Amino acid sequence: MSIDLPLVWAALLAFAVLMYVVMDGFDLGIGILFPFIKQEHDRDVMVNTIAPVWDGNETWLILGGAGLFAVFPLAYSVVLTALYAPLIAMLLALVFRGVAFEFRFRDPAHKHWWDVAFMGGSSLAAFCQGIVLGAYLQGIRMAGRSYAGGWFDWLTPFSVFTGLAVLAGYALLGAGWLVMKTEGELQARIYQLMLPLAAAVLGAIGIVSLWTPLLNEAIAERWFSWPNIVLLSPMPLLVATAAFALYRAIVKRLEVQPFVLSLLLFLLSFVGLAVSLYPNAIPPDISIWEAAAPDASLGFLLVGALVLLPIILAYTAYSYWVFRGKVRATDHYH
Amino acid sequence: MESDALFLSRLQFAFTVSFHIVLPSFTIGLASYLAVLEGLWLWRRDEVYLRLFKYWLKIFALSFGMGVVSGIVLSYQFGTNWGPFSDMVGPVLGPLMGYEVLSAFFLEAGFLGVMLFGLNRVGKRLHFSATLMVAVGTLFSAFWILSANSWMHTPAGYGFENDQFVPKDWWSIIFNPSFPYRLVHMVLAAYLTTAFVVGGVGAYHLLKDRGNAAAQVMFSMAMWMAALVAPLQILAGDLHGLNTLEHQPAKVAAMEGHWQTRRGAPLVLFAIPDMQAEENHLELAIPKLGSMILTHAWDGEVQGLKAWPPDERPNATLIFWTFRVMVAIGVLMVLVGLASLWLRFRRALYERPWFLRAVLLFSPAGFVAVLAGWITTEVGRQPWLVYGLLRISNGVSPVDTPVVAVSLLGFVVVYCLVFGAGIYYLLKLMQRLPAVVEEGLASGEITRAAGITPLASLTPDSGGKSR
Repeated sequence: MSIDLPLVWAALLAFAVLMYVVMDGFDLGIGILFPFIKQEHDRDVMVNTIAPVWDGNETWLILGGAGLFAVFPLAYSVVLTALYAPLIAMLLALVFRGVAFEFRFRDPAHKHWWDVAFMGGSSLAAFCQGIVLGAYLQGIRMAGRSYAGGWFDWLTPFSVFTGLAVLAGYALLGAGWLVMKTEGELQARIYQLMLPLAAAVLGAIGIVSLWTPLLNEAIAERWFSWPNIVLLSPMPLLVATAAFALYRAIVKRLEVQPFVLSLLLFLLSFVGLAVSLYPNAIPPDISIWEAAAPDASLGFLLVGALVLLPIILAYTAYSYWVFRGKVRATDHYH
Repeated sequence: MESDALFLSRLQFAFTVSFHIVLPSFTIGLASYLAVLEGLWLWRRDEVYLRLFKYWLKIFALSFGMGVVSGIVLSYQFGTNWGPFSDMVGPVLGPLMGYEVLSAFFLEAGFLGVMLFGLNRVGKRLHFSATLMVAVGTLFSAFWILSANSWMHTPAGYGFENDQFVPKDWWSIIFNPSFPYRLVHMVLAAYLTTAFVVGGVGAYHLLKDRGNAAAQVMFSMAMWMAALVAPLQILAGDLHGLNTLEHQPAKVAAMEGHWQTRRGAPLVLFAIPDMQAEENHLELAIPKLGSMILTHAWDGEVQGLKAWPPDERPNATLIFWTFRVMVAIGVLMVLVGLASLWLRFRRALYERPWFLRAVLLFSPAGFVAVLAGWITTEVGRQPWLVYGLLRISNGVSPVDTPVVAVSLLGFVVVYCLVFGAGIYYLLKLMQRLPAVVEEGLASGEITRAAGITPLASLTPDSGGKSR
């Protein structure tokens, strides 16, 4: 009995994407929240909460890209070509936002300008990632082994909505992170933002959950056929429970729980998406087995992944541990 | 005739990869240099090394950030613009890049935070380990990406099944014939590039203050690198060239400006190779020397470009010159190294303004040489994506011309703006004298701030003093 390597890799890549979404999610969220926090000093604190870790967070995006290239080259080829415009826009936004990080401290005279680049880059990157998600869920037209659709196939009401949903979701994660890492007035201000953000995210989860099955019959079938409908019924219940717990945590001004529960909401949404998509590598027709590279490729990289991923997780955790605790407002730069 | 979309995609890749490559060339060298500086500080307990470490660390942080964001672009551009290529080579090249991310990128990014902001949180030893990890990560990264790149030049260990290159022997794929040469040549290039930047900055400060201890140390270290590594690089380059002659003779013919296949080929010093007319204009050549250099025999046979059909010839007009620019810079670097040895022997290394000015002038030379070298090897690979097996025109995504035109414009505008600002900030950092930098950090006075206001606390004029 041999191992189903494409399936193992689909799970590993899903894990990489999830890691990316939650980790870069909260640090993109900080840029998205910038317009709501006007004080320069507060903004410095916000950026400083992620300064030591954002590089590592973004590396998961590269793993997603390189992993897809290695494991499902057909999907890498077709999906990236199909989503050309939103992906290029996302990359340019990430360039802006990545350097704005460093430049805003380097150049006090133009700090405001780099702040705009930081919030614009973070927001555009998040929005584009949401569009990519929506466009991917909609499905991609192919002929042979190539993309066969038009250059604006990705642009639909659904993909714009998922773009906004991801924007709100990252903002919520960012807010949860900041509540955990800050204190005083800044923290109080973030708490105020969290309830409306949480409401928006829940609304978005609900709407996407209802809208996705309408996109194609296979997804509707997956969720609503017997016995799936029973097996999957805990999903919405879990979302509702997490949402309620999040509401209580925010109202009670708990510090760690809002972040953890926001992560839980993301995890549940992610599982929901996986249920809808499985076993597609390129929706709606190409399965992970059809898109997979030969076992010789998958096996070779799997050995490395199984050895290295636990080590990566360990030193990532170590790095977070080193920089644990509140980021205080003891400023040396005023 | 190639389509506009293909041309624009090539231009876009050339543009983004050229911007990217100068950054890792610098950070690979700088990461190792930082590890050496911190090691020396821990070993000799001389504060000057710590001061230099802090000084270059800021420059490293900025360059590394720009390297990361420009690198992410590349990891997606294979799919967006070169979809069919990605589909075909993914099973072979994908895992190499996967290993690069897993073994290198995470290592660098994971320890970068500790390296930049963690000295007072984790203690000296652990911090030194983090610095080492970052340095090792940059070298791992060079290993894997150059292995993948080399495979496109000298493919080995593959089969071809179901429209895809598939791996047959990983050892042959990774250690494909041109890889060891390319790796050594590139890593040495990165070290030299960094050495000349460090030397140039040292020279700049010595010109203002001959007695500055920190400037003396960095200048001296850089000149040792020039003296020792530049000659090694010439040797490595020669071996790499012979390897290219064996596997990609058309590239060498274009680099040398040879059209006819003949024995006792000349060394062409100056020429304007004309691809249409299939000849050189304004040629100035030394008889027989070309064969001597390439075959190590006076009457060795050397193939000319006419041995290949016109649609399999790389652009000689371009790479004849990029190759010469690279070699000229390499030779000048050796001369700088020799001059430094002589001045050192005379105990006048820091005393001769002409030498300091020359080194200052030479500080960006490594970047020029790296770009010229890469243009030579990559343009020399044309018209192939995978040498001899897959043509560029068969690897491009079916993206419409206006779409690529807009994205290319976006890259040009954003990169010029962002990296222009970045270079300006780097120069501002280098302009500052290392002696007045961060005495505070050594004493541990900013312990908390290191985590709070990372870049601000690393900025010497951060205490409210305006520039």
